[in-house]
Amino acid sequence: MARVLVGVKRVVDYAVKIRVKPDKTGVATEGIKHSMNPFDEIAVEEAVQMKEKKLASEIIAVSVGPTQSQEVIRTALAMGADRGIHVDVSGPEYDLLQPLHVSKILAKLAQEEKVDLIIVGKQAIDDDSNQTAQMTAALLDWPQGTFCSKIEKTGEGFTITREIDGGLETIKTKSPAVLSADLRLNTPRYATLPNIMATKKKPIKKVSPKDLGIDTAARIEIVSVNDPPVRQAGAILPDVDALISKLKEGGHVK
Amino acid sequence: MKSLRHICNIGQSLIRSSQQQRGIASLSSLPETHQMLQKTCRDFANNELVPNAGRFDREHLYPAEQIRKMGELGLMAVAVPDNLGGTGLDNLAYAIAMEEISRGCASCGVIMSVNNSLYLSPLMEFGSEKQKEDFVSPFTDGSRVGCFALSEPGNGSDAGAASTTAVLKGDKWILNGTKAWITNGYEAEAAVVLATTDKGQKHKGISAFIVPKNIAGFSLGKKEDKLGIRGSSTCQLIFEDCEIPKENLLGQIGYGFKIAMKTLDGGRIGIASQALGIAQASLELAVDYANKRLAFGKPISKLQAIQSKIADMSLQVESSRLLTWRAAWLKDHKQGYTKEAAMAKLAASETATYCAHQSLQILGGMGYVTDMPAERYYRDARITEIYEGTSEIQRLVIAGAVLKELSNS
Repeated sequence: MARVLVGVKRVVDYAVKIRVKPDKTGVATEGIKHSMNPFDEIAVEEAVQMKEKKLASEIIAVSVGPTQSQEVIRTALAMGADRGIHVDVSGPEYDLLQPLHVSKILAKLAQEEKVDLIIVGKQAIDDDSNQTAQMTAALLDWPQGTFCSKIEKTGEGFTITREIDGGLETIKTKSPAVLSADLRLNTPRYATLPNIMATKKKPIKKVSPKDLGIDTAARIEIVSVNDPPVRQAGAILPDVDALISKLKEGGHVK
Repeated sequence: MKSLRHICNIGQSLIRSSQQQRGIASLSSLPETHQMLQKTCRDFANNELVPNAGRFDREHLYPAEQIRKMGELGLMAVAVPDNLGGTGLDNLAYAIAMEEISRGCASCGVIMSVNNSLYLSPLMEFGSEKQKEDFVSPFTDGSRVGCFALSEPGNGSDAGAASTTAVLKGDKWILNGTKAWITNGYEAEAAVVLATTDKGQKHKGISAFIVPKNIAGFSLGKKEDKLGIRGSSTCQLIFEDCEIPKENLLGQIGYGFKIAMKTLDGGRIGIASQALGIAQASLELAVDYANKRLAFGKPISKLQAIQSKIADMSLQVESSRLLTWRAAWLKDHKQGYTKEAAMAKLAASETATYCAHQSLQILGGMGYVTDMPAERYYRDARITEIYEGTSEIQRLVIAGAVLKELSNS
């Protein structure tokens, strides 16, 4: 049976209207509702279903971020994960943390914890990077299955259905592997009240990147964060001739 | 004479001690457990209750499947410890869960409230180990619900005047009489029933009994057709020489009135929370509609007349919520909460009526037709001012407590 490591990221809740900070250094996060990245919820659900089918022996939920990241770890524990690891990165270091850093951390933890499978969301809804699964697989030299819409255990490995442009692709991987969850993989369960209570008894280990020997020094600099441009109001024109002359005016047709 | 400094010191220490037992001022200051369960309940309500609540109402349909799912989530026995099959959470958790469920479906809210507050709670507080095993554990997972029978055709708030009688004959109690307005009556598989065991002693002659369903001499009256909360059933329970085992007495002989009053104190936190859910749903609907509906070329939410309604609605919701959470918090900390629960129930139920009324008004014609839920909120809200103590009775309870507190000697 496999030990599964699941990556869970704390992001601004999907229902919150995103606002850029006045100093244009990033988006406002202070006092704003956060929750688990929805794709990571799907990843946790898949791991819990594997455990229920006796395909997994233990689920470890990992989050990299400030202290509040423990909230999403506890959400994962309430859904059915067994224990958590909080990799503490905060302040400016966290603001500039990149998928490569997270991949290195996940890869290192995968080796330390001797896991057989890593499942993460296909991307986080805040930075939309869609890189962590791929780079983690590369760092570990494990096979990867990204955008999974179906995961089946077959023999020693996995048969994975992926959603690609124009249809579905089925691939086989060996184990251990890194998988990333797409939207239609499953429907995450509600954390039941008794399971929410039970999280108090489940351990969360706190480590720093330094403990893992990972350098999380910034590789990028944020120059400016801006709101998307506001869409210009349209105009209603009386006829086609007016439209053509407007288009010519704007240089859209010659 | 006490110096100002001395008084200041007392003030300081009061502040310190109140910080140690910090109250709860907003959702964001709730303990994480409560925030998590709030999310569970809100997601569940949005996905499973909101789309179905209109149908339960139209068809007078008992939401059996939803209640079972609520049982799986641990909502049907929130405060019952886990060794008896419950969730083992506190009253604050119950209040929060109750509001979220009622925001989605007020009928589901009252079914949950009756099972938790009126049925399981007196059994947990006054039941024997055997009674808990037989009548608590099977009622925790949503597969079956219980009910509470106090009111009669001839008395409601005046609980001491119960005319249903219980007479001990050998090792059986013989019940005779009719109980009225019993929520969950149709589906309930057991009832906590209050009956007079000694007429001469008035309210001290009332005792509580646990009555299982499907026994000889116990039948149901017709299902009432109601203004609101039509997904839950309300009916009479009729006892005609109904025999129950002697050990089904709850607590001791003559404890009935005390059990009923304590039960209703706790129940009021549940109904206050149910009312809050209806009020919150009304407010959210009104805001959503006001942002979309155009008049004079702009959304009506830009009009001061509408803004004033929105402000008053949210003011009432927030203040009632604080009262409700305070009552729950006091109960959790084993402090007296009779007055606070009555205040919470009074404020929240009047808030529900007010908000549903204003929400319907903001929706105008769309509020009056059944295409939108405003008219259902309006009908559902009304009962919260009536059951588990009318607004008039709550004022009586509050005034009684305040007069006792503030009057000299």
